[in-house]
Amino acid sequence: MELKTVVFYVFAAIMLFAALRVITARNPVHAVLYLVLAFFNAGGLWLTLQAEFLAIALIMVYVGAVMVLFLFVVMMLDIDIARLRQGFWSNMPLAVTLGVLMAGEMALVLSTDYFGTTSFPDQAMPADYSNTKELGRLLFTAYVYPFELASVILLVAIIAAVVLTLRRRKDVRHLDPAAQIAVKHTDRIRVVKMAAEKEPE
Amino acid sequence: MLTNFVVPDLYPAAAELFLLTMACVILVVDLFAGSARRWLTGSLTLLTLVGCAVLTYWNFGDNASLTFANMFVDDPLADFLKLLVYASVIVVLIYGRDYMAERDLDKGEYYLLVLFATLGMMVMISAYNLLAIYLGLELLSLSLYAMVAIDRDSPRATEAAMKYFVLGALASGLLLYGMSMIYGATGTLELGLVAQSVQEGVANRTILTFGLVFLVAGIAFKLGVVPFHLWIPDVYHGAPTAVTLFISSAPKLAAFAMALRLLVSSLFGLAEQWQTMLMLMAVLSIGIGNLAAIAQTNIKRMLAYSAISHMGFMLLALMSGVAGSEVDPMALINAYSSAMYYSVAYVIMSLGAFGMVLLLSRAGYEAENLEDFKGLNKRSPWFAAVMMVLMLSMAGIPFFVGFFAKFAVLLAAVAAKHVVVAVVAVMFSLVGAYYYLRVIKLMYFDPPADSAPIRAGFDVRILLSANGIAVALLGLFPDTLMMLCTATLVRSL
Repeated sequence: MELKTVVFYVFAAIMLFAALRVITARNPVHAVLYLVLAFFNAGGLWLTLQAEFLAIALIMVYVGAVMVLFLFVVMMLDIDIARLRQGFWSNMPLAVTLGVLMAGEMALVLSTDYFGTTSFPDQAMPADYSNTKELGRLLFTAYVYPFELASVILLVAIIAAVVLTLRRRKDVRHLDPAAQIAVKHTDRIRVVKMAAEKEPE
Repeated sequence: MLTNFVVPDLYPAAAELFLLTMACVILVVDLFAGSARRWLTGSLTLLTLVGCAVLTYWNFGDNASLTFANMFVDDPLADFLKLLVYASVIVVLIYGRDYMAERDLDKGEYYLLVLFATLGMMVMISAYNLLAIYLGLELLSLSLYAMVAIDRDSPRATEAAMKYFVLGALASGLLLYGMSMIYGATGTLELGLVAQSVQEGVANRTILTFGLVFLVAGIAFKLGVVPFHLWIPDVYHGAPTAVTLFISSAPKLAAFAMALRLLVSSLFGLAEQWQTMLMLMAVLSIGIGNLAAIAQTNIKRMLAYSAISHMGFMLLALMSGVAGSEVDPMALINAYSSAMYYSVAYVIMSLGAFGMVLLLSRAGYEAENLEDFKGLNKRSPWFAAVMMVLMLSMAGIPFFVGFFAKFAVLLAAVAAKHVVVAVVAVMFSLVGAYYYLRVIKLMYFDPPADSAPIRAGFDVRILLSANGIAVALLGLFPDTLMMLCTATLVRSL
């Protein structure tokens, strides 16, 4: 067995184990950490496919940004684990039956050698070959249409997030910074002209 | 390597580009117009849709043109469906305007989400690449999730949106997984090349079938057919009625286009496999949809179950394209054009039916129960007649458009030697006629429970009347629309 194949199986095995723990871990924080482990191994798999940029982007974007945010959310939420697990065992037999059935069917269909490790890229790229450059070139030429569509989807996500969360409550006192800045001296004090002394009667 | 890049031909995608530009303009205009000048946002949105229609009409050609590195196709089918989408979105905006305004929901974002959802539908309709189909679908779905939840104070709407979002994300995952399998087997994302690879038999058949199962599941969810229908009643019921009207109309056309492009344009070589899957789903949808609709007291839920059965009928036509081993081009076009005819007819009927629900609703009052239709004849004989036409048409009673739609589908099914399936479908539609006729009975033979006068703008009255008349007229002259459907399909497939 080649070293590359060994590396593949090591990464794949750890990834499968981590993915399994994501859904079986009792503590949501542990589940998130296992997900991070799964991402690291997926990054490793991509490295064996010579996709260094994607591997690094996966770690930086998902582990560095998304998962940290996730961890914050999970820690902020007061998740009642006991209540979440209610009804778990009563639904278990049905879920296991369905899951085993589906996994069995998939295994039957896929028990071909198609998913073997024979499809690795076999020749190494030259040293000056830049994965990142190639990716960028494709993204802005052949794939410019889906790329722009993805940006429209992000715009919709922003609009949707704003419309669903922003509401001005009338019963809360708040300061309007614009009004504070636009204030004039005439709004603050009123100069009243009056005689210095009362006129003698 | 960078020198061989050619700037894509933007002309075929003129309508999409115009819509996107205008959506960004409206975003800024709405910011400065504020709530006092909301009419400006609404009118600009309508103008944008009209402008898109003009651009699409200009592009209406006899042949298909591909652009954006073969990711975008502009063929007669796409142009025809897009024109129908614009029309139905315009109708939705006009029907729903008062409803949204009375509930203080007509924020600028509502119009923007409608526009972006329309853009998503246009992308789906014009997609010639698995990636483009997926992104168009996500753009549409994301806008719809937000629109369902736009009424922040309604717990039912929030619950419906959550359900829609979670199930929709799952369905997108299934679809994407199927697409990745297809890509793995054929090595390409372009629909034409996928079809070529499948026909030539170079692609691994097992992997293709495996991916196909997931693709069909994803399509079934978006169409809302059994067993992926559970979100439909809750979302239709929970969403504000104007949003329900939107969900039940134009997206069905986009979902039809998606099914046609995925199953017929790219995986036609696997027709034998997917036809069997569609048959099962069609029979189950027609059965369960019609039976469950009987038990409903809420008209939005009733129409939701009826939507499930109607989409089942549409699938019945899609699965009748290929009979046996030889492919008869005549039967093929007949089957797919009857599916298209059915989708178009359903959209027209659904617009009218939810339009009536909106007409009877007013500030602080939702006319969403069947009781609210009691004695409508006494309150407004004309609109009772419009509703009767719509219900009779949905039930498939001659001579309305719904009858001819069902008739064409059944003819196609019988031609494909699915006689038993056709008989079962007819039986269940007979069962279904009960709940449509019940609405008519409530309108004509029961005393009114609510005596408030019907208040609606002049344009809503005209448009709703035109909608009812269209259902009747298309039933009297069914050939025109059928010929249009056939002609566009012949030039596009």
